[in-house]
Amino acid sequence: MQTFWQQLINGLSLGSIYALLALGYTMVYGIIKLINFAHGDIYMLGAFWGYYSINLWHFNFLEALLSSMIVGAASGVIIEYFAYRPLRQAPRITALITAIGVSFFLENGMSYLFGSTARDFPQVIKQVNYNFGGVLISNIQILILATAAILMVALQFIIKKTKMGTAMRAVSVDADAAELVGISLNKTISFTFAIGSALAGAAGVLIGLYYNSIDPLMGMTPGIKAFVAAVVGGIGSVPGATIGGFLIGLLETLVQSVGLSAYKDAAVYLVLIVILLILPAGILGKNIKEKV
Amino acid sequence: MKANFKYNIIWLSLMVVGFILMNTLILVGIIDSFLENMLVVIGINIILALGLNLVVGFSGQFSLGHAGFMAIGAYATAIITSEHPNTLNFYLSIIVGIIIAIIAAIIVGVPTLRLHGDYLAIATMGAAEIIRIIINNLKITNGPSGMFNIPKFASWPVVYVMVCITTIIIANFVHSRAGRAIKSVREDEIAAESLGIKTTFWKLAAFVLGAATAAVAGSLDASYLQTITPNNFGIMESISILIIVVLGGIGSLTGTFVAAIVLGVIDTALQSFGPLRMVIYSLALILIMVFKPTGLLGRYEISLPRIFARKKEAKS
Repeated sequence: MQTFWQQLINGLSLGSIYALLALGYTMVYGIIKLINFAHGDIYMLGAFWGYYSINLWHFNFLEALLSSMIVGAASGVIIEYFAYRPLRQAPRITALITAIGVSFFLENGMSYLFGSTARDFPQVIKQVNYNFGGVLISNIQILILATAAILMVALQFIIKKTKMGTAMRAVSVDADAAELVGISLNKTISFTFAIGSALAGAAGVLIGLYYNSIDPLMGMTPGIKAFVAAVVGGIGSVPGATIGGFLIGLLETLVQSVGLSAYKDAAVYLVLIVILLILPAGILGKNIKEKV
Repeated sequence: MKANFKYNIIWLSLMVVGFILMNTLILVGIIDSFLENMLVVIGINIILALGLNLVVGFSGQFSLGHAGFMAIGAYATAIITSEHPNTLNFYLSIIVGIIIAIIAAIIVGVPTLRLHGDYLAIATMGAAEIIRIIINNLKITNGPSGMFNIPKFASWPVVYVMVCITTIIIANFVHSRAGRAIKSVREDEIAAESLGIKTTFWKLAAFVLGAATAAVAGSLDASYLQTITPNNFGIMESISILIIVVLGGIGSLTGTFVAAIVLGVIDTALQSFGPLRMVIYSLALILIMVFKPTGLLGRYEISLPRIFARKKEAKS
């Protein structure tokens, strides 16, 4: 039982990182139907920003987190402006390849500029382990869970209560109709990218603290897993991405804890395929009926 | 049959002339081993991309799992030829790879081809990753360290002939009754179904044929490079095949040839740039996509009947 709770805590911490990333995927997909492959690399940019800001300017945790969210948001908007905006009317597969190109560009550009070796993330917060009846919880895990929860609540507030959030929802339902009632398509899409990328930047700093190691290719695997999480939760659905993220995180730690760590990725993909076959639109996705 | 006889002969002689030309250049020494290596890589990429273009471009099913089937072919050849290295076993291993890939494609395709668009892409990607992870954990495949010292049977002539055979099979498939069926599925699945086309069957047929060609390419790859590890067949490999297809033009076999050659040459030319290579490559990719969203050739195909018709018009 003790190991179960321990794995549950570990799974939730990992899952909240996936959830933060999956939210970005799901929002971008909801609004322009693009799998933003470069999203995982914005998370890498966030981690690198955290690394340099802490090492060079001695930022504390909160400053590093907030500034890397700003950097993430800015890079998301820039990428959207230069790479995706010219392709809004193009076939979707073209936009997808462009997204892959951007992802390659960020990964290799960062490797070229900063070297591809892994580096230790500075520990701005000293790790303390609390013992709850044999279950070890570190303060960093609590911090990750709390930060992720705050950001998710804030996101939900922005989407449901603010004017921009209403615009985002309107564009994701019908872009043309939204434009007709005076919503600026470009502004709304840029805003969506900014929000999603800010979450990825935050996730980058959090993972740096948690795993203690960052490198230019760190965004690839978590990016794909977070996308899987978004699809499992129902792509385009914000609560779905959260659920999917936690589900994937828990599944991965669970498979690892029963001694099948070599198969943990296979388990994730297997669950993905099974869920897609039972619920073709994901757990919370709306199943759109085909019309003739 | 008779109507196309002339064109078939012309194509065949073009292939033979190309083969003789290339071999003479190699014999004379204009094509050195460095360039020959580039040609082999281009050839293997053409086989892979033709198969994927059939699935993505002609039947409209967005698959991101091509590398998984390639891995099956590669490992079939690696295991069989390492045990008993002779030419017969090499060709036998290609056939074994094709058969296993076909079985795997049916297992993967029957459930997942019900999905559409991005969902299908992500499901096939997951399936290919599962194949890779299984290979990564098997004893017979030597696990994550991969297989090395695989005997080399795939030389440039073998690859050339395989490229020709694959092209003939796929071009004929696309221009046949089956090809029209899968294109109708691409254009409108419901309309196709209401005309009595078995959409699931044809989608699966395209998917299986694509997987079989990927297995062939995998066999050639393993035998030519002589070293394979499971990591060679990850998501990145599937994506780089997809890049060739999209860059050439989705649904254009000629475009696939052009893109594979262009990318192969760019890749070789950039070799001297070291770490900057991938940066330039990705920038080129973004720029081509932004300024030419339909790919280099769109849906254009080289067609002999059209070329001849134009010449006749010019004469009269």
